[in-house]
Amino acid sequence: MSDLLEGFLGTSVEGKKSRVPAKLDYFQSATGLFLGLFMWGHMFFVSTILISKDFMYTITKMFEGSFLFKEPQSWIVSAMVFFVFVIFIVHAMLGMRKLPINFRQYQAYKTHAGMMKHDDTTMWLTQAFTGFAMFFLGSAHLLMMMVQADTIGPYGSSMRMYGDVMWPFYLLLLLAVEFHGGIGLYRLCVKWGWFEGPDAKVSRKKLKQVKWLITGFFLALGLLTLAAYVKIGYEYSNGLVDKYKPTAQIEVTYDVKVRA
Amino acid sequence: MSRTITIRAMKYNPQSKLSKAHFAEYKLEETDGMTLFIALTKIRETMDADLSFDFVCRAGICGSCGMMVNGKPALACRTLTKNFPDGVLQLMPMPAFKLIKDLSVDTGNWMNGMSKRVESWIHTNHKPDISKLEAPMEPKLADETFELDRCIECGICVAACGTKLMRPNFIGAVGLNRVARFAMDPHDERTDEDFYELVGDDDGIFGCMSLVACEDNCPKHLPLQSKIAYMRRKLVALR
Repeated sequence: MSDLLEGFLGTSVEGKKSRVPAKLDYFQSATGLFLGLFMWGHMFFVSTILISKDFMYTITKMFEGSFLFKEPQSWIVSAMVFFVFVIFIVHAMLGMRKLPINFRQYQAYKTHAGMMKHDDTTMWLTQAFTGFAMFFLGSAHLLMMMVQADTIGPYGSSMRMYGDVMWPFYLLLLLAVEFHGGIGLYRLCVKWGWFEGPDAKVSRKKLKQVKWLITGFFLALGLLTLAAYVKIGYEYSNGLVDKYKPTAQIEVTYDVKVRA
Repeated sequence: MSRTITIRAMKYNPQSKLSKAHFAEYKLEETDGMTLFIALTKIRETMDADLSFDFVCRAGICGSCGMMVNGKPALACRTLTKNFPDGVLQLMPMPAFKLIKDLSVDTGNWMNGMSKRVESWIHTNHKPDISKLEAPMEPKLADETFELDRCIECGICVAACGTKLMRPNFIGAVGLNRVARFAMDPHDERTDEDFYELVGDDDGIFGCMSLVACEDNCPKHLPLQSKIAYMRRKLVALR
């Protein structure tokens, strides 16, 4: 009954404001922080291909529990992706509250950002656009990884990029993730007063410089990684190299000629 | 050597059905130390008596002459024309406030509403005895509290805020700063729960998207970014 009255009135029957907006704000930040930091780790893992196919394979199998089970279990990765997907959906749901919801809001903000030429105001538009794009790009990627976790590896991942022509999709996803995540983590610091120091203006300037450095680094790493997968996929597709087999599993045979 | 500057001011009277929004262009000789307020006064006195804009103190104290100067909100009386190398200043009224005419907006009624909304006065159960000195405060705390009192309600933080432009009910940095001011003041007996009732929603502290244009444009350089973060941390921690 109190839910009915609170829903109708917008305040509790005692006339008190709901604590839900506080929780929504907190969880929007918490899920964003998790996803932002997760993406840093994720980028390091996928970029292991730049070192070697074997290293990327080893890392992949590590996530499949190679250190616990005799045979790698890809369901572990599926379960991890599912967990990230849930956080992703919660974050999208909470972030959606901030987006412009009608033409006038969009028009007013866009005009304002154009007039002000104020970094943080313009960056929010980037964050909104990339966030919206990731509703689709991020969901598609996470779903793919969840149901095809067993294909992750030097061969499967590179064939996905080149053979399945998914590289344009991943290029867009990379740009969206790096811009959205980088701006989002920076904004979290501003929003909650992290690393504020004695002069918030000075520390914000430094934070923004660090933010761009990190975004630049991960964009470069991401582009190189994407290019590496495309190159390897091209080589597999055109029969330039044999299908990947971990070096540790290659049988080495010697033809020993016995001299009579 | 003086130069000719160009002032391009938006002209529009929303009260008149005949009025159409347009930019009127004025050219005038720049003088030493010329502020935008001086330029506008000269325009009104010598070129266009119909041009409306607000001012009172001419010294950055009253907060009346806020307007958008080349897209950014600023006080006309504290804007030196020499700081615009190309000598062109495009003026528009501050958004988010009711437009009266041309560059003149009604910040007064909005600020009055904001003050009532955040109950911008000391709440105490003690009956003040004005014949006695007020209870003393720690000097450091007093400095921090009264620092926030330097707000002149010019409306620049409101006009700079993209959130406010999208969501008209948003209280803006001026309102959140005011709440922070009373939350810090030991004379005010309100609890965090009480402040939550004032700004604990998406039109208040949780609506702020941390765009910080408020802080970057505040003519009094108030620590808006850190005070909004302070209130957010305080109110989100409530059970």
